[in-house]
Amino acid sequence: MTEPNTFHETPRQGRPVYLDYQATTPMDPRVLDAMMPFFTEKFGNPHSRDHFYGWEAEEAVERARAQIAALIGAGEKEIIFTSGATESNNLAIKGVARLHGNHNGAAKTHIVTCATEHKCVLEASAALERDGFEITYLAVGPNGLIELDQLRDAITDDTCLVSIMGVNNEIGVIQPLAEIGALCREAGVFFHTDAAQAAGKILLDVDAMSIDLMSISGHKVYGPMGIGALYVRRRPRVRLQAMIDGGGQERGMRSGTLPTPLCVGLGEAAEIAALEMDEEASRLQGLKDLFLDKILKRLDGVTINGDREARIPGNLNLSFSGVQAEDLTAGLKDLAISNGAACSSATVEPSHVLKALGLSDELSAATIRIGLGRYTAEDDINFATETIIAEVERLRRVNPRQPSAA
Amino acid sequence: MGMENPVYMDHNATTAVRPAVKDALARALDLIGNASSVHGAGRAARKHVEDSREQVAALVGARPAGVVFTSGGTEANNLAIRGAIRGANRRVLVSAVEHVSVLKSVAEPEIIAVDADGVIDLGALDAALAANDEAALVSVMLANNETGVIQPVAEVSSLAKKHGALVHCDAVQAAGKIAVDVKALGIDMLTLSAHKIGGPQGIGALVSADDQALQPIIRGGGQERSRRAGTENLPGIVGFGVAAVEALKDLPGAAGLNVWRDRIETDLAQHQGVRIFGAGVNRLANTTCLTMPGVEAEQQLIALDLAGIAVSAGSACSSGKVEPSHVLAAMGIEAEEAATAIRVSMGWSTTEQDVERFCAAWDDVRAKAQGKKRTAA
Repeated sequence: MTEPNTFHETPRQGRPVYLDYQATTPMDPRVLDAMMPFFTEKFGNPHSRDHFYGWEAEEAVERARAQIAALIGAGEKEIIFTSGATESNNLAIKGVARLHGNHNGAAKTHIVTCATEHKCVLEASAALERDGFEITYLAVGPNGLIELDQLRDAITDDTCLVSIMGVNNEIGVIQPLAEIGALCREAGVFFHTDAAQAAGKILLDVDAMSIDLMSISGHKVYGPMGIGALYVRRRPRVRLQAMIDGGGQERGMRSGTLPTPLCVGLGEAAEIAALEMDEEASRLQGLKDLFLDKILKRLDGVTINGDREARIPGNLNLSFSGVQAEDLTAGLKDLAISNGAACSSATVEPSHVLKALGLSDELSAATIRIGLGRYTAEDDINFATETIIAEVERLRRVNPRQPSAA
Repeated sequence: MGMENPVYMDHNATTAVRPAVKDALARALDLIGNASSVHGAGRAARKHVEDSREQVAALVGARPAGVVFTSGGTEANNLAIRGAIRGANRRVLVSAVEHVSVLKSVAEPEIIAVDADGVIDLGALDAALAANDEAALVSVMLANNETGVIQPVAEVSSLAKKHGALVHCDAVQAAGKIAVDVKALGIDMLTLSAHKIGGPQGIGALVSADDQALQPIIRGGGQERSRRAGTENLPGIVGFGVAAVEALKDLPGAAGLNVWRDRIETDLAQHQGVRIFGAGVNRLANTTCLTMPGVEAEQQLIALDLAGIAVSAGSACSSGKVEPSHVLAAMGIEAEEAATAIRVSMGWSTTEQDVERFCAAWDDVRAKAQGKKRTAA
C-alpha cells in the first residue's frame, strides 16, 4: 500500500517484533491480492442463482473449497465454511452430540476430549454436560500428550465422539492423530480434531489419520479473520445438527451468506501452505533452535514445556523461574509476545494447559509463549533473545529468589 | 454477459463495498493483531473493534455495549431467537413473510398472517398473544427482502409489550435504506448485516436495546462479553463500522431512490397485467417486485442476463431449486402469478443509466416473449 497506514500506531521500523503467531498470523500478501477483487468488482452473493455476479462468486467459493480440501486430503464436498475455528469446534462437537444424543433408545451421550483442548472445545463440552451429556476429559502426561491406553479405556458403548486437538495452541505439541484415529475407527466412534494450529503447519491427511471432522481457522494460516472451515466426512457419512439455520447453505449444516472474499482468502492460504509447508517448517526449525540455543546458553532456570520431539517448530513455551511473566512481557515493549492464549477475558487465570502438565501455579505464572512464523527473520530472533535475556536477568536481579527455586 | 458495463440491480442480495469501506478494509487487512491479545498489536486491534461498535450502534440509535458482532444476519437472527428463548421457555411468534433464518430458528414458530400487501395482521398478533399466557418472543422484520414492504414494527412492539413479550426485529434490509432507531421502535433486539449496507460479507450484528440475556450459540473464549465466542473478525468489523457511518450519511440518497423506482414502475406498469406487489403500502424506496404476465421469472432472468442486467427472482437462497416465494404466497398471490415475479433492487452504486437500461431491456424481453406467443398461437 502506498498511502500511510493510519492503523499502525508507529512506523513499520519502530514496530515491535511480532512473536505471537499462535494468537493470529499476519495475512500473506498473496492472500490479500486474491481477496481484494471480491470486495469490489466481483462482489456478488455466491447464492444468487440468477445472474453472472452470483455465478462468479460461487465459482470462486468452490475453488477455495477445493484448495482447502487439497490441504488435508479431503473431497471438496466435505468442506463447510464457518466463521472460524471456534464455530467449527462448536458445530462439530455440539452438532454430532445433539444429533446422536437424541435417538430414542440408542442415544449416545458420551464424549471424550482432553484437558488441554482450546477453551471453545471445553466450553462446548461443558454446555453439553449441562444438557445431560457425560464428558471424559483425558489427562495428559508432563509432555502434554495423551496416553492412547487411557483413550481406549475411556471409550464406552455410549461414546459418540472423541475430540482431540492436532496441535496445542499454548505449548505446540502434536497429538498422535493417526493412532487416535485408528483407535476411534476400530471402536466405531467419530473422531474430531481441532486443527486450528495444525493445518498448514504439519501434514494432515483425513484418510490416513481416520479423521471424521476437522476444524480449520483462516487467521492462523496467514489467511483472513472471520473465516474457518469444518471438514465433515462423507464416507462413512457424519451427520450433525446445525447451529445456525436459515437458507440452508453449506448443505444445510451452516446457513448464512458465504463471505466470498474471506472464502477465497482461506482457499489461497491453504494452497500456499500446502506448497510451502515443508520448507517453512525447516526454516522455522532452524530459527527455533537458534532461539533456544541463545536462551539456554545464557540463562539458567529455564523450563521448556511440552514434548521436545512431537511439536511444531513455530512454538516455544518457556518458564523462567523466579520471574513473573506479566512483568516480563510488560518489560518487553519491543516484542509482541503472550503469556498464554489470547483469551477474551482480561482476567489473568493460570493456564489450564500448563496446569494439566503438572506445572505449579508459580511456574505457570513464569511462562511465556513464543510464536514464530512466516515473516520471522533471524534478526528478529537475535533481537528477541537479547531483549528477553536482558529483561530476565534484570528482573531476577531486582527480585532475587531463593536459590532452591532456581 | 452483455455489452458495456453490466447493470447490477440486486442490492437486496448483496452490495459492493462502498469506496470508503474499501479503503478501510485495505488498511485493516494489513493489521496484525488478535483483539484479545494484551500486547500493543492486540490493544490496537481492540480499539478498532470498539470504535466500530460505536459506529454500528449509532446507525440504529443503540448503545455500543448492546452490539454483539456475529458472522452475519443469519447468525444474528438465530442468536436472537434461540439465545433469548433457551432456558426461558418462550414461545416464538413470527410474521409469515420473515426471512428463512427467522422462520427456521425454531422448529415450530407460530406464524402470524399478513394481508394482501404483505403487512402483518396486528389483530391476529394480538389474538395470538392473548390466547396463551406463556412468555413469548415476537420476531417481525422491519422491511421485507423480496417486496420492500415495511412492517409497523413500533405497533408490533407496543402490542407485544402489552402482553409482556420480547421483541426482535430483523432490520437487515431496512438499515441504511430508512432511518432505524431501536428506542423509537420499542424493540429489544435488532439484526444487522454489513454486506447489505455497503460493508463486507461475513460480518453482522445483533443489537440489544437493553442488555438482553442471551444463551450463546458459539461458546469459547468469552469474546463479545460471552455472548459470542471466537476471535473478532477485525477487518470485517472495521469495514462494518465504516459502512454504518456511510450508510447513515447517505440515508437521504437511499430515500431518493424512490424517484427511479417510481419511474421503473410507471414505465413498466403501462403494460397490461403487470402487477407491483405492495405498491399501496409503505415500502423501501429501492425495491420493486413486479410481474411480467405470462413470462416465467426464470425466462426473464436469462434474457435480462444476456442483456447484461442482474436482477433476481426472489431471495438469494442456497437450494438452487426454484420454489415459489413464501412471501408472495403469504400475500395470497397464486403460484402461477408469483412465478412471473422478479425483484429489482437498487443501491448506492445504481445510476440513472442503469435504470434506463433495465427498463429498455425488460420491455424488450416482454415484447419478444409476447411476439413468440403470438407466433405460436
